[in-house]
Amino acid sequence: MKFDAQDCILVGKYRLTPTIYDFRLKNAQLAEITKPGQFAHILIPGKTLRRPISVCDIEDDIIRIVFEIRGDGTRILSECEIGDKINIIAPLGKGFDIPQDKKIAFIGGGIGVPPMLYSAKRAGENSVVINGFRDKSAVILTEDFNKIGCRLIETTDNGTYGIHGFVTSPLEEIINDIDMICTCGPTPMLKNIYKIAKKHNKPCFVSLEQRMACGVGACLGCAVGIKRADGTVTYKHVCKDGPVFNAEEVAW
Amino acid sequence: MADLSVNIAGVEFSNPIIAASGTIGFGHEYGELYPLSVFGGISCKGTTLKERPGNPPPRIAETPMGMLNAVGLQNPGAEHFINVELPWLKKQNTVVIANAAGSTESDYCEITELLSDTDVDMIELNISCPNVKAGGAQFGTSPESVEKITSAVRRYCKKPLIIKLSPNVADIAAVAKAAESAGADAVSLINTLTGMRIDINTRRPIIRNITGGMSGPAVFPVAVRMVYQVKKAVKIPVIGLGGISTWQDAVEMMMAGADAIQIGTILFTDPYAPVKISEGLHGWLDTHDMKSVTELTASVITD
Repeated sequence: MKFDAQDCILVGKYRLTPTIYDFRLKNAQLAEITKPGQFAHILIPGKTLRRPISVCDIEDDIIRIVFEIRGDGTRILSECEIGDKINIIAPLGKGFDIPQDKKIAFIGGGIGVPPMLYSAKRAGENSVVINGFRDKSAVILTEDFNKIGCRLIETTDNGTYGIHGFVTSPLEEIINDIDMICTCGPTPMLKNIYKIAKKHNKPCFVSLEQRMACGVGACLGCAVGIKRADGTVTYKHVCKDGPVFNAEEVAW
Repeated sequence: MADLSVNIAGVEFSNPIIAASGTIGFGHEYGELYPLSVFGGISCKGTTLKERPGNPPPRIAETPMGMLNAVGLQNPGAEHFINVELPWLKKQNTVVIANAAGSTESDYCEITELLSDTDVDMIELNISCPNVKAGGAQFGTSPESVEKITSAVRRYCKKPLIIKLSPNVADIAAVAKAAESAGADAVSLINTLTGMRIDINTRRPIIRNITGGMSGPAVFPVAVRMVYQVKKAVKIPVIGLGGISTWQDAVEMMMAGADAIQIGTILFTDPYAPVKISEGLHGWLDTHDMKSVTELTASVITD
Protein backbone atom coordinates (compact mmCIF):
# COMPACT_ATOMS: atom_id res chain seq x y z
CA MET A 1 0.00 0.00 0.00
CA LYS A 2 1.39 3.38 -1.04
CA PHE A 3 -1.46 5.45 0.43
CA ASP A 4 -5.09 5.07 1.41
CA ALA A 5 -8.18 7.03 2.43
CA GLN A 6 -8.93 6.00 6.01
CA ASP A 7 -10.55 7.34 9.15
CA CYS A 8 -8.30 8.43 12.02
CA ILE A 9 -9.43 9.16 15.56
CA LEU A 10 -8.57 12.60 16.92
CA VAL A 11 -6.89 11.61 20.19
CA GLY A 12 -5.12 14.88 21.05
CA LYS A 13 -5.96 18.50 20.32
CA TYR A 14 -3.90 21.49 21.46
CA ARG A 15 -4.11 25.18 20.63
CA LEU A 16 -0.55 26.43 20.15
CA THR A 17 -1.45 30.06 19.32
CA PRO A 18 -4.85 31.75 18.78
CA THR A 19 -4.83 30.48 15.17
CA ILE A 20 -2.55 27.41 15.17
CA TYR A 21 -3.74 23.95 16.21
CA ASP A 22 -1.86 20.73 16.97
CA PHE A 23 -3.86 17.56 16.20
CA ARG A 24 -2.89 13.97 17.04
CA LEU A 25 -4.55 11.54 14.63
CA LYS A 26 -4.48 7.86 15.49
CA ASN A 27 -4.07 5.40 12.61
CA ALA A 28 -1.34 2.78 12.92
CA GLN A 29 -1.42 1.62 9.31
CA LEU A 30 -0.93 5.07 7.79
CA ALA A 31 1.49 6.28 10.49
CA GLU A 32 3.79 3.35 9.82
CA ILE A 33 4.39 4.23 6.16
CA THR A 34 4.62 8.04 6.46
CA LYS A 35 7.99 9.65 5.72
CA PRO A 36 9.27 13.16 6.58
CA GLY A 37 7.91 15.89 4.28
CA GLN A 38 4.87 13.90 3.12
CA PHE A 39 1.36 15.25 3.62
CA ALA A 40 -2.15 14.16 4.54
CA HIS A 41 -5.18 15.23 2.48
CA ILE A 42 -7.86 15.93 5.05
CA LEU A 43 -11.61 15.65 4.48
CA ILE A 44 -13.47 18.69 5.81
CA PRO A 45 -17.14 18.10 6.69
CA GLY A 46 -19.34 19.91 4.14
CA LYS A 47 -16.50 20.78 1.76
CA THR A 48 -15.87 19.38 -1.73
CA LEU A 49 -12.10 19.79 -1.56
CA ARG A 50 -9.85 18.26 1.06
CA ARG A 51 -7.08 20.32 2.68
CA PRO A 52 -3.47 19.23 2.18
CA ILE A 53 -1.51 19.50 5.44
CA SER A 54 2.11 18.43 5.95
CA VAL A 55 2.83 15.81 8.56
CA CYS A 56 4.58 17.42 11.55
CA ASP A 57 5.64 14.24 13.29
CA ILE A 58 5.00 10.52 13.64
CA GLU A 59 5.07 8.87 17.05
CA ASP A 60 4.13 5.18 17.03
CA ASP A 61 0.57 5.05 15.67
CA ILE A 62 -0.01 8.81 15.86
CA ILE A 63 0.12 11.19 12.90
CA ARG A 64 0.67 14.70 14.19
CA ILE A 65 -0.44 17.69 12.13
CA VAL A 66 -0.01 21.35 13.05
CA PHE A 67 -2.09 23.76 10.96
CA GLU A 68 -3.13 27.39 10.90
CA ILE A 69 -6.69 28.65 10.43
CA ARG A 70 -6.45 30.27 7.00
CA GLY A 71 -10.08 30.12 5.88
CA ASP A 72 -13.36 28.31 6.22
CA GLY A 73 -11.96 24.80 5.73
CA THR A 74 -9.23 24.99 8.36
CA ARG A 75 -11.67 26.72 10.74
CA ILE A 76 -14.11 23.81 10.43
CA LEU A 77 -11.21 21.39 10.98
CA SER A 78 -10.15 23.30 14.11
CA GLU A 79 -13.63 22.74 15.55
CA CYS A 80 -13.26 18.93 15.52
CA GLU A 81 -13.27 17.44 19.01
CA ILE A 82 -11.35 14.61 20.66
CA GLY A 83 -12.88 11.27 19.69
CA ASP A 84 -14.05 12.55 16.29
CA LYS A 85 -13.28 10.56 13.16
CA ILE A 86 -11.25 12.49 10.60
CA ASN A 87 -10.83 10.96 7.14
CA ILE A 88 -7.42 11.45 5.54
CA ILE A 89 -5.69 10.29 2.39
CA ALA A 90 -2.11 9.61 3.41
CA PRO A 91 0.79 9.46 3.11
CA LEU A 92 0.99 11.55 -0.06
CA GLY A 93 3.76 13.08 -2.11
CA LYS A 94 7.51 12.71 -2.13
CA GLY A 95 9.05 13.96 1.11
CA PHE A 96 12.58 14.98 2.03
CA ASP A 97 15.38 12.56 1.29
CA ILE A 98 17.55 12.70 4.42
CA PRO A 99 21.01 11.19 4.01
CA GLN A 100 22.43 10.10 7.38
CA ASP A 101 26.01 11.08 6.54
CA LYS A 102 25.22 14.72 5.72
CA LYS A 103 24.97 17.77 7.92
CA ILE A 104 21.62 19.30 7.05
CA ALA A 105 20.09 22.71 7.78
CA PHE A 106 16.31 22.49 8.20
CA ILE A 107 14.71 25.90 7.77
CA GLY A 108 11.05 26.60 8.53
CA GLY A 109 9.14 29.83 8.14
CA GLY A 110 5.84 30.37 10.00
CA ILE A 111 3.44 27.51 9.33
CA GLY A 112 6.29 25.93 7.30
CA VAL A 113 7.96 25.07 10.62
CA PRO A 114 5.91 21.93 11.56
CA PRO A 115 7.09 19.61 8.72
CA MET A 116 10.68 20.37 9.72
CA LEU A 117 10.21 18.51 13.03
CA TYR A 118 9.83 14.95 11.70
CA SER A 119 12.50 15.69 9.09
CA ALA A 120 15.04 17.05 11.59
CA LYS A 121 14.27 14.18 13.97
CA ARG A 122 15.37 11.75 11.27
CA ALA A 123 18.66 13.61 10.88
CA GLY A 124 19.16 13.76 14.65
CA GLU A 125 21.96 15.62 16.39
CA ASN A 126 23.73 16.24 13.13
CA SER A 127 21.18 18.83 12.07
CA VAL A 128 20.81 22.57 12.47
CA VAL A 129 17.27 23.96 12.59
CA ILE A 130 16.50 27.59 11.83
CA ASN A 131 12.89 28.59 12.44
CA GLY A 132 11.56 32.04 11.61
CA PHE A 133 8.35 33.63 12.89
CA ARG A 134 6.49 36.92 12.47
CA ASP A 135 6.73 37.78 16.17
CA LYS A 136 6.87 36.20 19.62
CA SER A 137 3.16 35.31 19.66
CA ALA A 138 3.61 33.14 16.56
CA VAL A 139 6.50 31.02 17.89
CA ILE A 140 5.68 27.29 17.97
CA LEU A 141 7.30 23.92 18.68
CA THR A 142 10.44 25.23 20.49
CA GLU A 143 10.34 22.44 23.09
CA ASP A 144 9.76 19.76 20.47
CA PHE A 145 12.83 20.80 18.50
CA ASN A 146 14.92 21.06 21.67
CA LYS A 147 13.96 17.46 22.55
CA ILE A 148 15.42 15.97 19.35
CA GLY A 149 18.90 17.23 20.14
CA CYS A 150 19.43 19.40 17.09
CA ARG A 151 21.02 22.84 17.21
CA LEU A 152 18.03 25.24 17.23
CA ILE A 153 18.13 28.85 16.07
CA GLU A 154 14.95 30.94 16.20
CA THR A 155 14.26 34.32 14.63
CA THR A 156 11.41 36.82 14.63
CA ASP A 157 10.84 39.48 11.99
CA ASN A 158 10.38 42.20 14.64
CA GLY A 159 12.88 40.98 17.23
CA THR A 160 10.35 40.25 19.97
CA TYR A 161 11.89 36.77 20.42
CA GLY A 162 15.15 35.12 19.36
CA ILE A 163 17.33 36.71 16.72
CA HIS A 164 15.90 39.91 15.20
CA GLY A 165 15.45 39.42 11.45
CA PHE A 166 14.84 36.75 8.83
CA VAL A 167 16.13 33.15 8.75
CA THR A 168 18.57 34.10 6.01
CA SER A 169 21.01 35.94 8.32
CA PRO A 170 21.78 32.96 10.61
CA LEU A 171 21.84 30.75 7.51
CA GLU A 172 24.64 32.83 6.01
CA GLU A 173 26.60 32.46 9.25
CA ILE A 174 26.40 28.64 9.30
CA ILE A 175 26.30 27.85 5.59
CA ASN A 176 29.95 26.73 5.48
CA ASP A 177 29.31 24.13 8.21
CA ILE A 178 26.45 22.33 6.42
CA ASP A 179 26.13 20.08 3.36
CA MET A 180 22.56 20.69 2.28
CA ILE A 181 19.32 22.57 3.02
CA CYS A 182 15.73 21.37 3.46
CA THR A 183 13.13 24.13 3.80
CA CYS A 184 9.44 24.95 3.94
CA GLY A 185 7.80 28.36 4.24
CA PRO A 186 6.57 31.39 2.31
CA THR A 187 7.76 31.58 -1.31
CA PRO A 188 9.85 34.78 -0.89
CA MET A 189 11.73 33.08 1.97
CA LEU A 190 12.33 29.94 -0.11
CA LYS A 191 13.62 32.03 -3.01
CA ASN A 192 16.08 33.91 -0.78
CA ILE A 193 17.30 30.67 0.81
CA TYR A 194 17.81 29.19 -2.64
CA LYS A 195 19.87 32.24 -3.69
CA ILE A 196 22.20 31.75 -0.70
CA ALA A 197 22.42 27.98 -1.31
CA LYS A 198 23.29 28.57 -4.96
CA LYS A 199 25.98 31.14 -4.09
CA HIS A 200 27.62 28.61 -1.77
CA ASN A 201 26.97 25.65 -4.05
CA LYS A 202 24.86 23.70 -1.51
CA PRO A 203 21.98 21.41 -2.55
CA CYS A 204 18.63 22.92 -1.55
CA PHE A 205 15.27 21.14 -1.33
CA VAL A 206 12.06 23.14 -0.95
CA SER A 207 8.57 22.04 0.06
CA LEU A 208 6.00 23.93 -2.04
CA GLU A 209 2.29 24.70 -1.71
CA GLN A 210 -0.41 25.06 -4.35
CA ARG A 211 -4.20 24.98 -4.49
CA MET A 212 -4.96 21.29 -4.78
CA ALA A 213 -7.88 19.05 -5.69
CA CYS A 214 -7.31 15.27 -5.87
CA GLY A 215 -4.03 15.15 -3.91
CA VAL A 216 -2.88 11.97 -5.63
CA GLY A 217 -1.71 13.08 -9.10
CA ALA A 218 -4.85 12.39 -11.12
CA CYS A 219 -6.37 15.83 -11.78
CA LEU A 220 -3.23 17.89 -12.49
CA GLY A 221 -4.60 20.87 -10.55
CA CYS A 222 -1.67 21.76 -8.28
CA ALA A 223 0.79 22.74 -11.02
CA VAL A 224 4.25 24.17 -10.37
CA GLY A 225 6.58 25.44 -13.09
CA ILE A 226 9.70 23.27 -13.44
CA LYS A 227 12.69 24.03 -15.68
CA ARG A 228 13.64 21.37 -18.20
CA ALA A 229 17.24 20.67 -19.19
CA ASP A 230 16.71 22.61 -22.45
CA GLY A 231 15.57 25.71 -20.52
CA THR A 232 11.85 25.43 -21.33
CA VAL A 233 9.31 25.30 -18.49
CA THR A 234 6.95 22.40 -17.92
CA TYR A 235 4.37 21.84 -15.19
CA LYS A 236 4.83 19.22 -12.52
CA HIS A 237 2.48 18.71 -9.59
CA VAL A 238 2.90 19.46 -5.91
CA CYS A 239 0.85 16.44 -4.81
CA LYS A 240 2.65 13.65 -6.66
CA ASP A 241 5.98 15.02 -7.97
CA GLY A 242 6.40 17.13 -4.80
CA PRO A 243 5.72 18.72 -2.40
CA VAL A 244 9.52 18.59 -2.11
CA PHE A 245 11.43 19.78 -5.17
CA ASN A 246 15.09 20.43 -5.85
CA ALA A 247 15.20 24.27 -5.77
CA GLU A 248 17.48 24.17 -8.81
CA GLU A 249 14.61 22.80 -10.93
CA VAL A 250 11.91 25.22 -9.83
CA ALA A 251 11.01 28.00 -12.30
CA TRP A 252 11.02 30.69 -9.55
CA MET B 1 -28.45 -9.39 -7.09
CA ALA B 2 -29.64 -7.16 -9.92
CA ASP B 3 -27.75 -6.83 -13.18
CA LEU B 4 -25.77 -3.56 -13.33
CA SER B 5 -24.50 -4.05 -16.88
CA VAL B 6 -25.41 -1.57 -19.61
CA ASN B 7 -24.78 -1.47 -23.33
CA ILE B 8 -23.82 1.90 -24.78
CA ALA B 9 -23.60 2.07 -28.57
CA GLY B 10 -22.76 -1.64 -28.82
CA VAL B 11 -20.14 -1.57 -26.04
CA GLU B 12 -20.81 -3.70 -22.96
CA PHE B 13 -20.14 -2.08 -19.55
CA SER B 14 -20.13 -4.25 -16.40
CA ASN B 15 -21.79 -1.36 -14.55
CA PRO B 16 -23.06 2.11 -15.53
CA ILE B 17 -20.43 4.04 -13.52
CA ILE B 18 -17.77 5.65 -15.71
CA ALA B 19 -14.91 7.82 -14.45
CA ALA B 20 -15.20 11.30 -15.98
CA SER B 21 -12.39 12.62 -18.14
CA GLY B 22 -9.87 14.84 -16.37
CA THR B 23 -10.56 13.51 -12.88
CA ILE B 24 -8.73 10.19 -13.01
CA GLY B 25 -5.82 10.81 -15.39
CA PHE B 26 -5.06 7.43 -16.94
CA GLY B 27 -6.13 5.48 -13.88
CA HIS B 28 -2.82 4.79 -12.11
CA GLU B 29 -3.50 6.78 -8.94
CA TYR B 30 -6.97 5.51 -8.02
CA GLY B 31 -5.80 2.09 -9.21
CA GLU B 32 -3.65 2.07 -6.04
CA LEU B 33 -6.86 1.98 -3.97
CA TYR B 34 -9.03 -0.55 -5.82
CA PRO B 35 -9.14 -2.47 -9.08
CA LEU B 36 -10.21 -0.10 -11.86
CA SER B 37 -12.88 -2.65 -12.79
CA VAL B 38 -15.04 -1.01 -10.08
CA PHE B 39 -15.74 1.38 -12.94
CA GLY B 40 -17.74 0.15 -15.90
CA GLY B 41 -15.49 2.40 -17.94
CA ILE B 42 -12.86 5.08 -17.72
CA SER B 43 -12.87 8.22 -19.81
CA CYS B 44 -9.20 9.12 -19.97
CA LYS B 45 -7.64 12.56 -19.59
CA GLY B 46 -8.33 14.77 -22.64
CA THR B 47 -5.65 13.95 -25.17
CA THR B 48 -4.33 16.16 -27.96
CA LEU B 49 -2.09 15.29 -30.92
CA LYS B 50 0.97 16.83 -29.28
CA GLU B 51 1.83 17.19 -25.60
CA ARG B 52 0.23 20.26 -23.94
CA PRO B 53 1.74 21.95 -20.87
CA GLY B 54 -1.60 23.26 -19.58
CA ASN B 55 -2.38 26.57 -17.88
CA PRO B 56 -0.20 28.39 -15.33
CA PRO B 57 -1.26 27.96 -11.67
CA PRO B 58 -3.38 28.47 -9.66
CA ARG B 59 -5.70 26.13 -11.54
CA ILE B 60 -8.12 25.27 -8.72
CA ALA B 61 -10.62 27.19 -6.57
CA GLU B 62 -13.24 25.92 -4.16
CA THR B 63 -16.87 27.03 -4.52
CA PRO B 64 -19.90 26.36 -2.34
CA MET B 65 -20.50 22.60 -2.80
CA GLY B 66 -18.14 22.44 -5.72
CA MET B 67 -14.98 23.69 -7.36
CA LEU B 68 -13.54 25.49 -10.37
CA ASN B 69 -10.70 24.14 -12.44
CA ALA B 70 -8.68 25.52 -15.32
CA VAL B 71 -6.10 22.81 -15.93
CA GLY B 72 -6.08 23.65 -19.65
CA LEU B 73 -5.82 20.12 -21.05
CA GLN B 74 -2.34 19.37 -19.76
CA ASN B 75 -1.57 15.99 -21.31
CA PRO B 76 1.39 13.99 -22.65
CA GLY B 77 0.07 13.78 -26.23
CA ALA B 78 -1.48 11.05 -28.38
CA GLU B 79 1.71 9.08 -28.97
CA HIS B 80 2.36 8.66 -25.25
CA PHE B 81 -1.28 7.77 -24.64
CA ILE B 82 -1.28 5.10 -27.35
CA ASN B 83 2.13 3.57 -26.60
CA VAL B 84 2.37 3.87 -22.81
CA GLU B 85 -1.05 4.36 -21.20
CA LEU B 86 -3.34 2.35 -23.43
CA PRO B 87 -1.59 -1.06 -23.21
CA TRP B 88 -1.76 -0.84 -19.38
CA LEU B 89 -5.37 0.40 -19.34
CA LYS B 90 -6.48 -2.44 -21.63
CA LYS B 91 -5.43 -4.91 -18.92
CA GLN B 92 -7.61 -3.29 -16.23
CA ASN B 93 -10.87 -5.03 -17.16
CA THR B 94 -12.84 -1.84 -17.77
CA VAL B 95 -14.06 -0.08 -20.91
CA VAL B 96 -11.40 2.36 -22.13
CA ILE B 97 -12.76 5.60 -23.55
CA ALA B 98 -10.24 7.95 -25.16
CA ASN B 99 -11.12 11.62 -24.74
CA ALA B 100 -10.02 13.46 -27.89
CA ALA B 101 -9.34 17.20 -27.86
CA GLY B 102 -7.88 19.71 -30.26
CA SER B 103 -7.69 23.33 -31.38
CA THR B 104 -8.91 23.05 -34.97
CA GLU B 105 -11.27 20.84 -36.93
CA SER B 106 -8.34 19.13 -38.60
CA ASP B 107 -6.76 18.43 -35.16
CA TYR B 108 -9.94 16.66 -34.08
CA CYS B 109 -10.07 14.64 -37.31
CA GLU B 110 -6.41 13.70 -37.11
CA ILE B 111 -6.47 12.54 -33.48
CA THR B 112 -9.72 10.63 -34.04
CA GLU B 113 -8.15 8.85 -37.01
CA LEU B 114 -5.08 7.99 -34.91
CA LEU B 115 -7.16 6.68 -32.00
CA SER B 116 -9.42 4.70 -34.34
CA ASP B 117 -6.50 2.45 -35.22
CA THR B 118 -5.83 1.53 -31.58
CA ASP B 119 -7.45 -0.75 -29.00
CA VAL B 120 -9.55 1.99 -27.38
CA ASP B 121 -13.15 0.86 -26.97
CA MET B 122 -14.79 4.23 -27.62
CA ILE B 123 -13.88 7.82 -28.43
CA GLU B 124 -15.39 10.75 -26.54
CA LEU B 125 -15.03 14.01 -28.43
CA ASN B 126 -14.21 16.87 -26.07
CA ILE B 127 -15.79 19.90 -27.72
CA SER B 128 -16.71 21.47 -24.42
CA CYS B 129 -13.52 22.27 -22.49
CA PRO B 130 -13.96 25.87 -21.28
CA ASN B 131 -10.32 26.34 -20.28
CA VAL B 132 -8.36 26.51 -23.52
CA LYS B 133 -8.05 29.57 -25.74
CA ALA B 134 -8.40 27.86 -29.10
CA GLY B 135 -10.75 24.99 -29.80
CA GLY B 136 -12.49 23.23 -26.94
CA ALA B 137 -15.82 24.81 -26.16
CA GLN B 138 -15.90 27.01 -29.28
CA PHE B 139 -16.95 23.90 -31.21
CA GLY B 140 -19.61 22.98 -28.70
CA THR B 141 -21.61 26.16 -28.26
CA SER B 142 -24.18 26.01 -31.08
CA PRO B 143 -26.09 23.25 -32.89
CA GLU B 144 -24.48 24.35 -36.18
CA SER B 145 -20.89 24.10 -34.92
CA VAL B 146 -21.59 20.77 -33.17
CA GLU B 147 -23.10 19.35 -36.35
CA LYS B 148 -20.11 20.52 -38.41
CA ILE B 149 -17.39 19.10 -36.15
CA THR B 150 -19.29 15.85 -35.53
CA SER B 151 -19.79 15.17 -39.27
CA ALA B 152 -16.16 16.01 -39.98
CA VAL B 153 -14.85 13.70 -37.26
CA ARG B 154 -17.36 10.95 -38.08
CA ARG B 155 -15.63 10.36 -41.42
CA TYR B 156 -12.41 9.41 -39.60
CA CYS B 157 -13.91 7.63 -36.61
CA LYS B 158 -14.09 3.83 -36.71
CA LYS B 159 -15.01 3.52 -33.02
CA PRO B 160 -18.30 4.29 -31.29
CA LEU B 161 -18.30 8.08 -31.02
CA ILE B 162 -19.53 9.95 -27.94
CA ILE B 163 -19.93 13.73 -28.20
CA LYS B 164 -19.37 15.44 -24.83
CA LEU B 165 -21.65 18.46 -24.60
CA SER B 166 -21.17 21.82 -22.94
CA PRO B 167 -23.91 23.16 -20.64
CA ASN B 168 -22.95 26.71 -21.61
CA VAL B 169 -25.60 26.83 -24.37
CA ALA B 170 -29.11 28.20 -24.83
CA ASP B 171 -30.79 24.97 -25.97
CA ILE B 172 -29.07 21.73 -24.94
CA ALA B 173 -31.66 19.53 -26.70
CA ALA B 174 -30.99 21.23 -30.03
CA VAL B 175 -27.25 20.72 -29.59
CA ALA B 176 -27.73 17.02 -28.77
CA LYS B 177 -30.00 16.56 -31.80
CA ALA B 178 -27.35 18.17 -33.99
CA ALA B 179 -24.76 15.68 -32.71
CA GLU B 180 -27.15 12.78 -33.34
CA SER B 181 -28.02 13.81 -36.89
CA ALA B 182 -24.31 14.24 -37.69
CA GLY B 183 -23.60 10.64 -36.72
CA ALA B 184 -22.81 10.57 -32.98
CA ASP B 185 -23.37 7.16 -31.36
CA ALA B 186 -23.96 8.68 -27.92
CA VAL B 187 -23.78 11.98 -26.07
CA SER B 188 -22.32 12.69 -22.64
CA LEU B 189 -23.31 15.73 -20.60
CA ILE B 190 -22.66 18.00 -18.83
CA ASN B 191 -19.12 19.29 -19.04
CA THR B 192 -18.35 22.07 -16.56
CA LEU B 193 -20.20 25.37 -16.27
CA THR B 194 -17.96 28.40 -16.76
CA GLY B 195 -17.42 30.19 -13.45
CA MET B 196 -15.16 32.68 -11.69
CA ARG B 197 -14.02 33.54 -8.15
CA ILE B 198 -12.21 36.67 -6.92
CA ASP B 199 -9.96 36.95 -3.87
CA ILE B 200 -11.38 40.10 -2.28
CA ASN B 201 -8.13 40.83 -0.44
CA THR B 202 -5.99 40.94 -3.58
CA ARG B 203 -8.85 41.87 -5.98
CA ARG B 204 -7.48 39.21 -8.30
CA PRO B 205 -9.23 36.16 -9.73
CA ILE B 206 -8.28 33.06 -7.70
CA ILE B 207 -7.65 31.14 -10.91
CA ARG B 208 -4.82 32.46 -13.09
CA ASN B 209 -6.88 31.72 -16.23
CA ILE B 210 -9.49 34.12 -14.70
CA THR B 211 -12.39 31.75 -15.43
CA GLY B 212 -12.65 28.02 -14.81
CA GLY B 213 -15.05 25.12 -15.19
CA MET B 214 -17.41 24.58 -12.29
CA SER B 215 -18.17 21.04 -11.13
CA GLY B 216 -19.33 19.20 -8.01
CA PRO B 217 -22.65 18.76 -6.19
CA ALA B 218 -23.67 22.39 -6.88
CA VAL B 219 -24.11 21.68 -10.62
CA PHE B 220 -26.08 18.44 -10.16
CA PRO B 221 -29.62 19.89 -10.58
CA VAL B 222 -28.52 21.65 -13.79
CA ALA B 223 -27.15 18.35 -15.09
CA VAL B 224 -30.32 16.44 -14.19
CA ARG B 225 -32.43 19.01 -16.03
CA MET B 226 -30.26 18.90 -19.15
CA VAL B 227 -30.09 15.09 -19.25
CA TYR B 228 -33.89 15.01 -18.94
CA GLN B 229 -34.27 17.43 -21.87
CA VAL B 230 -31.72 15.63 -24.03
CA LYS B 231 -33.18 12.16 -23.43
CA LYS B 232 -36.53 13.36 -24.73
CA ALA B 233 -34.88 14.82 -27.84
CA VAL B 234 -32.59 12.00 -29.05
CA LYS B 235 -32.70 8.23 -29.61
CA ILE B 236 -28.97 7.60 -29.07
CA PRO B 237 -27.71 6.67 -25.55
CA VAL B 238 -27.22 9.50 -23.07
CA ILE B 239 -24.40 9.44 -20.53
CA GLY B 240 -25.29 11.71 -17.60
CA LEU B 241 -22.72 13.50 -15.49
CA GLY B 242 -22.33 16.62 -13.41
CA GLY B 243 -22.06 16.60 -9.64
CA ILE B 244 -23.08 12.98 -8.99
CA SER B 245 -21.83 12.21 -5.47
CA THR B 246 -23.98 9.44 -4.00
CA TRP B 247 -25.85 6.36 -5.19
CA GLN B 248 -29.05 8.35 -4.73
CA ASP B 249 -27.70 10.92 -7.21
CA ALA B 250 -26.87 8.07 -9.61
CA VAL B 251 -30.43 6.71 -9.38
CA GLU B 252 -31.82 10.23 -9.91
CA MET B 253 -29.61 10.88 -12.93
CA MET B 254 -30.67 7.61 -14.52
CA MET B 255 -34.34 8.32 -13.81
CA ALA B 256 -33.86 11.67 -15.58
CA GLY B 257 -32.73 9.82 -18.69
CA ALA B 258 -29.15 8.62 -18.37
CA ASP B 259 -28.24 5.20 -19.81
CA ALA B 260 -24.93 5.39 -17.95
CA ILE B 261 -23.35 7.94 -15.66
CA GLN B 262 -19.94 9.51 -15.12
CA ILE B 263 -18.50 10.58 -11.78
CA GLY B 264 -15.63 13.02 -11.37
CA THR B 265 -15.29 15.64 -8.67
CA ILE B 266 -16.62 13.31 -5.95
CA LEU B 267 -13.44 11.23 -6.37
CA PHE B 268 -11.51 14.16 -4.88
CA THR B 269 -13.78 14.25 -1.83
CA ASP B 270 -14.14 10.48 -1.47
CA PRO B 271 -11.90 8.28 -3.62
CA TYR B 272 -14.03 5.25 -2.71
CA ALA B 273 -17.21 6.82 -4.17
CA PRO B 274 -17.48 4.35 -7.12
CA VAL B 275 -17.51 1.40 -4.72
CA LYS B 276 -20.20 3.00 -2.56
CA ILE B 277 -22.33 4.04 -5.56
CA SER B 278 -22.16 0.53 -6.97
CA GLU B 279 -23.22 -1.02 -3.63
CA GLY B 280 -26.00 1.55 -3.28
CA LEU B 281 -27.34 0.83 -6.77
CA HIS B 282 -27.46 -2.89 -5.99
CA GLY B 283 -29.32 -2.18 -2.77
CA TRP B 284 -31.88 0.10 -4.43
CA LEU B 285 -32.57 -2.28 -7.31
CA ASP B 286 -32.97 -5.27 -4.98
CA THR B 287 -35.27 -3.34 -2.64
CA HIS B 288 -37.44 -2.29 -5.58
CA ASP B 289 -37.36 -5.73 -7.13
CA MET B 290 -35.74 -4.53 -10.32
CA LYS B 291 -33.73 -7.07 -12.30
CA SER B 292 -31.63 -4.62 -14.28
CA VAL B 293 -30.25 -1.13 -13.77
CA THR B 294 -31.50 -0.28 -17.27
CA GLU B 295 -35.03 -0.23 -15.85
CA LEU B 296 -34.13 3.03 -14.11
CA THR B 297 -33.34 4.92 -17.31
CA ALA B 298 -35.85 7.67 -18.05
CA SER B 299 -38.28 6.26 -15.49
CA VAL B 300 -39.14 9.68 -14.08
CA ILE B 301 -42.89 10.27 -13.85
CA THR B 302 -43.91 13.73 -14.99
CA ASP B 303 -47.66 13.53 -15.48
